[in-house]
Amino acid sequence: MPDARSTILATLRAGRDAHPVETVPSDFTVLKDKRWEPAERLERVKRLMEAVHTEFIDATEQDWPAVVRAFLTEAGARTLLYAPATGAGARLHAEWGDDGPELVRYDRSVDDFKEEMFTGIDAGITMTLGAIADTGSLVLWPGAEEPRLLSLVPHIHVALLKADALYDTFWQVMTKNRWADGMPTNALLISGPSKTADIEQTLAYGVHGPKRLVVVVIH
Amino acid sequence: MSTTRPGTVYFFGTCLVDLFYPQAGMAGMELLRREGVRVVFPQGQSCCGQPAYNSGYREEALKVARAQLRLFTEDWPVVVPSGSCAGMMKTHWPDLFKGEPEEAHAVAVAGRTVELTQFLVNVLNVALEDKGEPVRVTWHASCHAQREMGVVDEPKALLRQLANVELVELKREKECCGFGGTFAVRHPEISAAMVEDKVADIEGTGARAVVSGDCGCLMNITGALQAGGKPVQGKHIAEFLLERTHGTR
Amino acid sequence: MAHADVNFAEASRAALKDPQLRANFRRAMDGLMSKRAVQFADPQEWHAMRALGASVRLRALSRLPELLETLEENCTRNGITVHWASATEEANAIVLAIMQRVDARLAVKGKSMVTEEMHLNAFLEKQGIECIEADLGEYIVQLDQEMPSHIIMPAIHKNTKQIAHLFREKIKDAEYTEDVAQLTDLARRVLRRKFMNADVGISGVNAAVAETGTLCLVENEGNGRMVTTVPPVHIAVMGLEKVVETLEDVPPVLSLLTRSATAQPITTYVNMITSPRKPGEKDGPREIHLVILDNGRSKIYADEELRHTLRCIRCGACMNHCPVYTRVGGHAYQAPYPGPIGKILVPQMEGLGTRGEMPHACTLCNACVEICPVGIPIAELMNRLRAEAVHPDGTVKDAGAQASTVEALVWKGWAAAFASPTAYRMATMVLSTVGNAAPASLPLLKEWTSVRVKPRFAGRTLHDLAREKGIPDA
Repeated sequence: MPDARSTILATLRAGRDAHPVETVPSDFTVLKDKRWEPAERLERVKRLMEAVHTEFIDATEQDWPAVVRAFLTEAGARTLLYAPATGAGARLHAEWGDDGPELVRYDRSVDDFKEEMFTGIDAGITMTLGAIADTGSLVLWPGAEEPRLLSLVPHIHVALLKADALYDTFWQVMTKNRWADGMPTNALLISGPSKTADIEQTLAYGVHGPKRLVVVVIH
Repeated sequence: MSTTRPGTVYFFGTCLVDLFYPQAGMAGMELLRREGVRVVFPQGQSCCGQPAYNSGYREEALKVARAQLRLFTEDWPVVVPSGSCAGMMKTHWPDLFKGEPEEAHAVAVAGRTVELTQFLVNVLNVALEDKGEPVRVTWHASCHAQREMGVVDEPKALLRQLANVELVELKREKECCGFGGTFAVRHPEISAAMVEDKVADIEGTGARAVVSGDCGCLMNITGALQAGGKPVQGKHIAEFLLERTHGTR
Repeated sequence: MAHADVNFAEASRAALKDPQLRANFRRAMDGLMSKRAVQFADPQEWHAMRALGASVRLRALSRLPELLETLEENCTRNGITVHWASATEEANAIVLAIMQRVDARLAVKGKSMVTEEMHLNAFLEKQGIECIEADLGEYIVQLDQEMPSHIIMPAIHKNTKQIAHLFREKIKDAEYTEDVAQLTDLARRVLRRKFMNADVGISGVNAAVAETGTLCLVENEGNGRMVTTVPPVHIAVMGLEKVVETLEDVPPVLSLLTRSATAQPITTYVNMITSPRKPGEKDGPREIHLVILDNGRSKIYADEELRHTLRCIRCGACMNHCPVYTRVGGHAYQAPYPGPIGKILVPQMEGLGTRGEMPHACTLCNACVEICPVGIPIAELMNRLRAEAVHPDGTVKDAGAQASTVEALVWKGWAAAFASPTAYRMATMVLSTVGNAAPASLPLLKEWTSVRVKPRFAGRTLHDLAREKGIPDA
């Protein structure tokens, strides 16, 4: 008896070959035309993301670890989960000091400390590849060095954004950087803290993902 | 559709107008003749075929549509006082006649089909002088007029030309009134809920009359207005325009 | 699997009598419509985006068999195991087999309409596997043992009070509160434990990219990411039409989807999954499975006209704009897909025997056609299904199941009268003279006069008046 795969493909082929599907060429001009001046991009990213409760703080290449520490201390975070294997992670490790939240290394499989991650971690910090002006979105490519749960499980997600790593559209970032040549395990766009409108269309923040998204703009 | 003024047009009255609102049909033709257009009303006409088409009986619809097509021997525009029937002819006759011997003729006639207010505004550029007393009215936009014929602004533009007519728009002007042909009797409770909402919307405007370009909608809405004992009148736009410009209201 | 005892007429009548339901839906749909309008305020941009979206979907459909093979090839190369299922029973069996192999007891689910088609939760429950819906709306309807009433907002038929009572009743140690933030927090706490402990995560797929073997998912809550990242096994289920050709095709589709569905330029998260956990990575599932489901889609695909049903990206805008859906709500349809898309898709999947009335629950107002982001000619397909329902020589499942000799004769008689000028003239003469005497209790008139006065035949027809006036005949 033919398996589902053969049956399905044969049926589809027969259907299509009997009557080819008429197509129209795809015109991506409408996406290509969505462009902003470099100076406008950051302003737009901030505006769109703040409208959905994202928080923005400014920093420089030199002081961002201190800025993050001050912010999290004030927020009452007791722990900060980070990826020691990244450049940002190395700087945190080197410059953190003894005050402020306790740095927790994400350097082993989540299976070894799942309970702690879910219940004992207040904040997680990640880098980003940049941000998209059209939609107000951060671009993340987590990987072996920077695990993806950093931006999902802790209640506060701190995201480091270089002020000049800004793109016009999702389409632009993926075509310019040739994502199709090799996709990571998981590519992410993050546009704000987690939210829902499932209860009588009333917006509520902090459902399953982080309750707070804090973007540190590094100028 | 060409916007140059034709010398002659066909007038396709529609079966609902023929049986229930003949005055609207006469008014429509008069509005055209007044502008110096020669109007031809083929006596052999009956119906565009939509009732059968929308019930799944295409062969029967085609039979009737074919009989109408035969009447349009000249290449004059076909003016229709109904967005729904105009839509059937313009949008659906090409599909209905696909593969039929008359296909080319049907496509040509479909291309020449125009809804009445579209014709008055875009081709004839009518200028209307209001001779009537002040009155407040509201406009109901038929679904097919809006969405199949693209008739959105023309009827309101005509109403706005009338100096003593106050046009108050419905809150949900674009929402279906619930007629839907056989839908009204197949799903009477849903249809009732829809027409009741439309009536409430109309009452909310304080208008003395609701004007529409489609007699299916009018029959539905005025039927409900009258059953509810409401004083609001329903009028086809052709009749309304003719009355206002002749001063009979 | 068809629903037994489906009676749309009965269900819709009941819904119409429920003022709370009507108020909930009216308010919700109004909000969704006006917010969507803001998203597409620029008509040129809307038309260009819609054209692009339609072209992307049509191109994918034109190469569907090849793209599915390429998708399978690339997914497999990436470490994603691909399974095929012709019917929902097979799909359920595949999911069960995976779960039994890993000895799963608890599964967490992201929102997936395909799994509703499969009745997966009920199936797994019978096998002793707990399957918790993690999307808040789905969680709510699951607690109340209901079906979702909308494909994007499953609990749209409920108001806050109803949800407050539900949580108090069904969640252990829950206090009663009508504060939305508190209710949300409660759900967050309950489901967080489930994410942590689940053996398997189940999700749908918004778009599967053939070019790279990537599964794309959009969401606002984070449950989708939780479900596809935390448990050691991830099972993704998709209808076979959900594939797009290239990665570049994804941004226009997602933009149209989020702006049409929830009036957002983008959702909080866009999640693009290409492989399970790689060596050196510290989180992510160790196994990912993709189940490709047919369930009647390949038959729909074979029909030149009806195949456009498969363009659908499941945005739900059609039901938001449907005046019938607004009044009866989603449950009246008793189907995983309600509203306009449901009225054309479900009869094709389940047959015109049980679902023959669905295509008639529509005034053909075309509001859905106006806003469908991929240009599906919904009203045309609705009409086609009406024809299929009464013609046994049709091709749709159970074609002709609604055929009635009486009805067919009525229309034949109508055609004979209306196609002959003489016969028409006689018929209208009769109607004009005696039509108004017809009692309101006659079938059809009875339905009409339930809320309206009888239509009045004018004494003379337009033909008569035109002739009298001397209007030329040619």
